[in-house]
Amino acid sequence: MSERAREPFVVVGKSVRKVDGVGLVKGKPKFVADVDLSDVLHVRILGSPHAHARIVSIDTSAAERIPGVVAVLTHANTPATRHTTAGQGYPEPSPYDTRMFDTKVRFVGDRVAAVAAETEEAAEKALRALRVTYEELPAVLSIDEARAHGAPVIHDEGDSTGIYDAARNIVADVDIDVGDVGRGFAQSAVTVETTCETQYAQHTPIETHVVHSLLDSDDRLVLRTSTQVPFHARRIVAQTLGIPIQRIRVIKPRVGGGFGAKQEVLLEDIAGWVTLRTGRPAFVCLSRAEEFVAARTRHPMRVRVKLGANADGVLQAIEMEATSNTGAYGAHGLTVLANTGSKTLPLYNKAENAHFYGQAVYTNLPVPGAYRGYGATQGYFPLETAMDELAERLGLDPIELRRRNHIRVGEGSPIFEKLGEGREGVSQTVKSCELERCLAVGAERIGWREKRGTRRREGPWVHGVGMSIMMQGSGIPQIDMAAATIKMNEDGSFNLLVGATDIGTGSDTILAQIAAEVLGVPASRMIVTSSDTDLTPFDVGAYASSTTYVSGMAVERAAGKVREQILSVAAAMCKEPVENLRLLEEHVVGPAARVPLAEVCRRAMYSSEQFQIAATASCVPTESPPPFLASFAEVAVDVETGRVKVVRYVAVADCGVPINPLMAEGQIEGSIVNGLGYALTEEMLLSSTGRVRNPSLFDYKIPGALDVPALDVILVGSYEPTGPMGAKSVGEIGINGPMPTIANAIYDAVGVRLHETPFTPERVLAAIRREAAERCPLA
Amino acid sequence: MASVELTINSVRRTLDAAPGETLLEVLRREGYTGVKRGCGSGDCGACTVLLDGRAVNACLVLAAKANGKEILTIEGLASGDALHPIQEAFLDEGAVQCGYCTPGMILSAYDLLSRNPTPSEGEIRQAISGNLCRCTGYVKQVRAIQAAAERMRSARHE
Repeated sequence: MSERAREPFVVVGKSVRKVDGVGLVKGKPKFVADVDLSDVLHVRILGSPHAHARIVSIDTSAAERIPGVVAVLTHANTPATRHTTAGQGYPEPSPYDTRMFDTKVRFVGDRVAAVAAETEEAAEKALRALRVTYEELPAVLSIDEARAHGAPVIHDEGDSTGIYDAARNIVADVDIDVGDVGRGFAQSAVTVETTCETQYAQHTPIETHVVHSLLDSDDRLVLRTSTQVPFHARRIVAQTLGIPIQRIRVIKPRVGGGFGAKQEVLLEDIAGWVTLRTGRPAFVCLSRAEEFVAARTRHPMRVRVKLGANADGVLQAIEMEATSNTGAYGAHGLTVLANTGSKTLPLYNKAENAHFYGQAVYTNLPVPGAYRGYGATQGYFPLETAMDELAERLGLDPIELRRRNHIRVGEGSPIFEKLGEGREGVSQTVKSCELERCLAVGAERIGWREKRGTRRREGPWVHGVGMSIMMQGSGIPQIDMAAATIKMNEDGSFNLLVGATDIGTGSDTILAQIAAEVLGVPASRMIVTSSDTDLTPFDVGAYASSTTYVSGMAVERAAGKVREQILSVAAAMCKEPVENLRLLEEHVVGPAARVPLAEVCRRAMYSSEQFQIAATASCVPTESPPPFLASFAEVAVDVETGRVKVVRYVAVADCGVPINPLMAEGQIEGSIVNGLGYALTEEMLLSSTGRVRNPSLFDYKIPGALDVPALDVILVGSYEPTGPMGAKSVGEIGINGPMPTIANAIYDAVGVRLHETPFTPERVLAAIRREAAERCPLA
Repeated sequence: MASVELTINSVRRTLDAAPGETLLEVLRREGYTGVKRGCGSGDCGACTVLLDGRAVNACLVLAAKANGKEILTIEGLASGDALHPIQEAFLDEGAVQCGYCTPGMILSAYDLLSRNPTPSEGEIRQAISGNLCRCTGYVKQVRAIQAAAERMRSARHE
């Protein structure tokens, strides 16, 4: 713990208003589509009607004759460069299996062609006038079909790279071993095994993917885009279109939610191509239906977990086998698969033997990608279900079983080192963990002791309580990089320039708070400019729960350098040694001095030994401290209809020092409610030909204000010594909770285990009936 | 192109509207971009405006049907620099994350509080049930609307 950290914080730990909040509540034009679009070419994209087909020919002549049509894009006139749409660090761990427009389509909705026209209507009309001849191919519509002997090969193109085994539809393969699980299971007094299968689900940001492109007065391509990864977007567009990075400027305005969907470079290439080819501004915006069909989803997975424990409940062995459906393209295929193990298994480090293995396979179905939780979500459902089963077999309270097994301060896990972001990981020791307190506070709040196992009945409703615990990470160690620049103005205000990408998470605000804390000013004295590749330093972007920890540290360091410069100028001004001075309330304060910051900057700028007070600093984290969370739910199950009502949900989190408590709570509340939808109602329904049957917010049910239970989010304080001001991440972890927590609560209520998701009335009722039939076969 | 006469945020305007064009399209084209588009089918509520004082989805209203009516968009809620109490409360309670659903949510709350100055939590949830938010868990919006109701009541009593 640094000296300063021991002092009480002034700005950090306070729920200051969002720095961009006033503009947002006034509806100021802040998002991509909020500018004058009267001069743009409207771009519409033709999606494939087939799950798997070769494009034999595309006759564009009729479309091109439609008045207002300016360009038709197909595989014949666009670059053929293979790339990945996954916005990851370079070189990306995802395969280069995608081209702008291919000669083959691999899912219903896959890109066939696009039209740029003076009006949306003309573009739509032109799409209908395109004459495409397809040669249909047999389609692969499930994990099992993908793995079947002699299955159709989805990526047979030959020029893709980075695919583990294209001929067998295998995108990625992971297999890591710690100790000897065979021996561990043999030593175990009790073993349990469970297999869970999770569904296709979508992020559904309320703002869909949208890009506005134009040429500036120097003919450089400007992409105003709703992205989580502006710098990766610039690099991937340069690669795809074959133009220098120097010629591209990516600007991220306000973003209407991302959740991982916008860690994907989906439309920037098309908009950029149209603008470069025509010299005209272009506008591409996915409709809600297109967002459902052709944007990204969570990876559906089948995950088997086997646990072995001694009679005291101490885990001896954990085995996890995951099979991930990565759809038609392999974006994030390897890394989401790896995280299914790497973000879950270290939690139970008492097991000396662990085995994680699995594959990600191609199918002719919609394309999954990064989604909040990133594989951990799919891993925690079976892991925490199995822990509940194990507790029952051992006759132990589920909370007590977690207590005997979870990782603690001063401990590590060999998994940290063996399994990283698609490659080996980084060894680390946990330095902050308040899971013990999370469990105690949560159990108390939900009424665990009074309610567990009571099966209280109200008419057809039977009540039960369940729980689960989890961890995530804070950025990707030794891969992620963030930088920040701070410069001082002569009124004592500062410009804070960060590549970090605020997609509604509030990062502009918490980064301003961190800088303000170091510089002894209110957060309102920071002028934040973020995510403009021309103006701000590099940052990988908003993903992997990295921003608070990684970007926050870059900001803290840059502010520290600026602080030193301020103090050295002030030392000369008031003839005091630097050691005697500190920054407080917009002043440099010493034993006999109190100099306003504005005066310090005016001197440096205009009068003596002039220079710009400014600094840039970077951060590449050497570890990824996990935040921890304990989730509890009380549910009521209608045994006549199978309906599940969540009565109360309690989440107790250790995210280190919350830089802005209200915003940290908001991150957990939002991720839990997203997870509640994932557990109970959200499911992309696919037809027998691979078509998404419910591509609307009417038919795909995300939670509204009436669907949300009483929700208690509690932050227990901890201090992460490696983090900026003691902080860890908070953005993703909450979403992992609802599925296992509710499943375990349903079991407590009605004694049935659910292994398929979401827990719709149909599935729950079928499970209740199955269980009744097994118990009493003649009834 | 026909024209419609609308009173938008207390200003009378005559605007072009193509047949079949929605109020959402016309308002956004005229620069009222606080009216957001999230679905175009009345499912998400991001385009909520007040039409003669009642919250509606602007994507479901033909511009021609709004002829002669009064419209309040989020741009018309603050008086200059002075935010409306609902806007203040949304900021103070941390109810804004990405801000995309915020204008619609605030206008639904405005509609509610103009008819019911002392709503229950259930009535608040009902009033914003058509405004989908994917960032928050609605906890802080509900709290903000309760706080705004209180501020508005005490302002009235002063």
